[in-house]
Amino acid sequence: MIPAAFQYERAGSVDHAVELLGGEDAKLLAGGQSLIPVLRLRFARPSALVDIGRLDELRYVRDDGDRIAIGALTRHAELVRDPVLAARCALIPQAAAHIGDPQVRHRGTIGGSVAHADPASDLGTILLTLDAELVARGPGGERTIPAAAFFTGPFETALAPQELLTEIRVPAVESGTYLKLARRSADWATVGVAAARVDGRVQVGLTSMGPTPLRATGVEEALAGGASPADAAARAGEGTDPPADISASGEYRTHLAQVLVRRALEQL
Amino acid sequence: MSILGHRVLRTEDARFLRGEGQYVENLPLEAALTATFVRSPFAHARVTGIDASAAEALPNVQVLTGADVDVPPFGPPPFPGLDARMGRPVVARDIVRFVGEIVAIVLSEGRAAGEDAAELVAVDYDPLPAVVGTAAAAKDETVLFPEVGTNVAALGGAPERDESLFDGCDAVVSGRVVSQRMAACPLEPRSAAAEVGPDGRVTAWLSTQTPHQDRMVLAGMLGLDPAQIRVVAPDVGGGFGAKMLSVEEILVVWLARRLGRPVRWTETRSESMVALNHGRAQELSFTIGANRDGKVLAFRLEIQADVGAYPGLGAFLPNLTGLMSSGVYAIPRIETSSRAFVTNTTPISAFRGAGRPEATQAIERAIDLLAAELELDPAELRRRNFIPKDAFPHTTASHAPYDSGDYEGALDLALRSAGYEELRAEQRRRREEGGPKQLGIGISTYVEITNGIDETEFGEVEITADGGAILRTGSFSHGQGHETTFAMIAAEQLGLPLEKITVVKGDTDSVASGTGTYGSKSTQIGGSAAKVASEEVVVRAKKLTADYLEAAESDIVLDPALGSFHPAGSPSQGLTWAELAARAADDGRLAELTVAHEFKGAPTFPFGAHVAVVEVDIETAQVELKRLVAVDDAGTLINPLIAEGQVHGGVATGVSQALYETFTYDEDGTPLTGTFVGYAFPSAADLPSWEAVEMVTPTPRNPLGAKGIGESGTIGSTPAVQSAVIDALAPYGVRHVEMPANGENVFRALREAKA
Amino acid sequence: MTRISLTVNGSRHEADVEPRQLLVYFLREELGLKGTNVGCDTSSCGACTVLVDGESVKSCNQLAVQADGCEVTTIEGLAEGDELHPVQQAFHEQHALQCGYCTPGFVLASVSLLAENPDPSEEEIREALDGNLCRCTGYHNIVEAVQAAARAGA
Repeated sequence: MIPAAFQYERAGSVDHAVELLGGEDAKLLAGGQSLIPVLRLRFARPSALVDIGRLDELRYVRDDGDRIAIGALTRHAELVRDPVLAARCALIPQAAAHIGDPQVRHRGTIGGSVAHADPASDLGTILLTLDAELVARGPGGERTIPAAAFFTGPFETALAPQELLTEIRVPAVESGTYLKLARRSADWATVGVAAARVDGRVQVGLTSMGPTPLRATGVEEALAGGASPADAAARAGEGTDPPADISASGEYRTHLAQVLVRRALEQL
Repeated sequence: MSILGHRVLRTEDARFLRGEGQYVENLPLEAALTATFVRSPFAHARVTGIDASAAEALPNVQVLTGADVDVPPFGPPPFPGLDARMGRPVVARDIVRFVGEIVAIVLSEGRAAGEDAAELVAVDYDPLPAVVGTAAAAKDETVLFPEVGTNVAALGGAPERDESLFDGCDAVVSGRVVSQRMAACPLEPRSAAAEVGPDGRVTAWLSTQTPHQDRMVLAGMLGLDPAQIRVVAPDVGGGFGAKMLSVEEILVVWLARRLGRPVRWTETRSESMVALNHGRAQELSFTIGANRDGKVLAFRLEIQADVGAYPGLGAFLPNLTGLMSSGVYAIPRIETSSRAFVTNTTPISAFRGAGRPEATQAIERAIDLLAAELELDPAELRRRNFIPKDAFPHTTASHAPYDSGDYEGALDLALRSAGYEELRAEQRRRREEGGPKQLGIGISTYVEITNGIDETEFGEVEITADGGAILRTGSFSHGQGHETTFAMIAAEQLGLPLEKITVVKGDTDSVASGTGTYGSKSTQIGGSAAKVASEEVVVRAKKLTADYLEAAESDIVLDPALGSFHPAGSPSQGLTWAELAARAADDGRLAELTVAHEFKGAPTFPFGAHVAVVEVDIETAQVELKRLVAVDDAGTLINPLIAEGQVHGGVATGVSQALYETFTYDEDGTPLTGTFVGYAFPSAADLPSWEAVEMVTPTPRNPLGAKGIGESGTIGSTPAVQSAVIDALAPYGVRHVEMPANGENVFRALREAKA
Repeated sequence: MTRISLTVNGSRHEADVEPRQLLVYFLREELGLKGTNVGCDTSSCGACTVLVDGESVKSCNQLAVQADGCEVTTIEGLAEGDELHPVQQAFHEQHALQCGYCTPGFVLASVSLLAENPDPSEEEIREALDGNLCRCTGYHNIVEAVQAAARAGA
């Protein structure tokens, strides 16, 4: 199917993009891998697209010591092969390798994926698990949004209409893993689990267990209290509201979360 | 040296590899209007008004509704018992009966404008209760056709149960298989284009499996002499049984005639998912009875078929299912019955296997349940019941006239190829270790019917003036490689190299008659027609040679290696095809070397045995198919490379029914799996490689000794895989898992067994 | 309308396009390159796969304006005259195509795969092709073709 018609502007810089976003009903176009399917099925009909795909200044992975800075337009395929991430925060390349398929990964960006905020997406869960910081630029300047405040609902974020993500900052982790189960290889996660040891503390996040990515706070609490992986994993469903859909019932999702949390913790 | 039986690379590949495939959407058609169909988002509703004014305000847009289209209802097909009042209006008028039914047609310049305009057509719907599933349909609380008064579309088989059917049986076991609804998903969505020529004849380019039959149907629907219609099926990107004429193609042709301009249409995928006919959707309840030695004495099969909103081929397929209900077993008493219901869903038609996968799924499940009941190894129970190799021809108690078979041979070969004993040992080891990844092994032994309705196929061989040959066939390959296979058959008979043979197909102006390709019949009837026509051409060529050499006709032989005709014993005095043809052309006798033949074939019965090995993660309920060994015997193989490709593709689809695909609706009749995101069509990453094992038991029923192979892989694999999953879960108290037997359904089966 | 300039199969093209035009329809309808097929509308099937700056991309999931300034290779750009690209040749020899509709997408996805991973295992091949769907072949021979092409140093 063909998208409905829209105006098109290409941003020459981040500030230019912010300015263009001030126009009515404008949406950002980065890699297009989340946006274009939505446009093709006419689930969204923005009046204008602001193309930031050529802002190469936002494509980077930078080792900042105890943190790693990832430019928002870094593509999934670039995350997969980045040596800094492989060494310091390996669960990101691990998860990125299973986002969509190779064609999607050649074009899809971390900023685009995270700002799209599909509760079934993997990177959002990882950022939430790592207490990442998301840097946004808007007309008022730059601000840093903690991951815990970023995801506000299904396909909803704390970004203001005229803001765009420019950088994502993640901590270096002592160990981490991302486990994902899906119906088919290229599908979104039926359930995904991110587990990481950050500054001595084990943090766990869940994909597709609610309207946004979630922290498995019950699990984290149990672990902090000395529970075994199996006992901690039994609390994986606490605070979750797993959807029931064609892939799985809520009950099955909760069960999967418990199994995957246990396995992830055993791998840490 | 004979070319038959060799793995000859396909001669048709070049254009597809280079991106020069002549799919309908690729064909240039000047000044063509684009048709876009406005489709109902409701499963069941009254249409109370259509306002096209906003759409028609767009430049060069025209909108037509049912009131504008004077074409009679489409179907139902002439099967006994189908009520003519269940015919499908080509464009819905007062009522829509499934999500996707056409309510209006937009004509525009180009596709984007068509989509923009279609969105603006405002249709008022008054929703009615939706009937989804045969259980709801059977209640007849809401009926789709009030004048008919019931949702029963067809009844078949025994009108009532014979209560004495299982007398004398020591063990009687019942069960049910749901052969779930599937979408055909050919990679090329349907496409049609039509243009009326200056002479008033209309040419229709269709993405179809059945160009000649389509021409007849178009003629009937539009009130035309068939001679006024030319149908061209160029390259078609897969069909799998679903691409036979439907309302959209009829409308495109009607529009071209009505509007006096060429018209074209290509469906989107999400359109195709609801508008192209679905397959399967049968619930099979069975009871099997045996003596204590495991000898099956009786089998009852009761089918509830969902035929969708308008009965078509789906209402007939339960007859094929019943016919094949005996499977590979000698069962003295069989009773089958079927009830077909209309529901507010996409109509059901043929899909790879068309009625026979369902039969196999039922009997194989029954045998496995019986084996569990009698505590017999499933392979052993099968051995005790096979129709023996020397018992053919054999007519089953369900009236199927099997030609040849070696079921035990197939099973032995499959088990040996799979390393069955080692697999059971590995399974035992893993069970003792008690880890999360457990093995399951499933066996199926099957027989299927190809050319099931005794069809006839056309083949014509023409020798050209330069000594080559044109083979015109009424078969229509849409991926099956006839351009190579049929050329091989002709090459073999004629003693011509493959490069000198051109296969012509798909154009009703170029090929005098045909039935198209479906039901795995083409090699056996189309190929046989080519063979017989070629043989007769050789006879004629010998006669011509005799005339030219002033020899006796009976003295002339054909040297196939050289492609020359000569008196026996005098090879140097011969004429090559080129020489003979040149002379005949000069003499005005070339036409003698054109022969047409209509080959009428009897049904044949390919068979085989599949072994599936699955690994089930007991904790996550995820299933991975590790191996699929497929022994498929389709008699003589013309080109084993192409035959093997058919098995690979067939197996992938059969496995996918067992583990992945299901087309589902919510209770309002809204499709839940209407795109490739929701519908679980697997990729290469979701499937293993296949172990296809060759076995050849020729059939006496045609000159090639060939049966069909196109659907065998599908038919054999589904029950083997479902059985393997259940086998893996047996120690946990699971006795059955619904398909797709993966994820949620496995989780539920484990949960219920624990409870 | 937006002016774009791009190289397709080695030839430079300039065109004014509607921003909403997808790259696949630009290639097919503006440039007449019909070899790239449309098989779905959710960017699931990969029949539309082309190479953009050497990487496989689904051309139904890109706007033509996004390809401005890029080098695009379609199926028509692979063979050199009569000589097929080694991946095309391998598909032929391994009988990795039947109806042919998914074939251009698979061939280009395979070219991209082998550029990134010249000696892939069977598992790696299958995973790398999970963005391409085929209903005819059951994938077995496609995997064999990629392995054969890898051996031939494609």
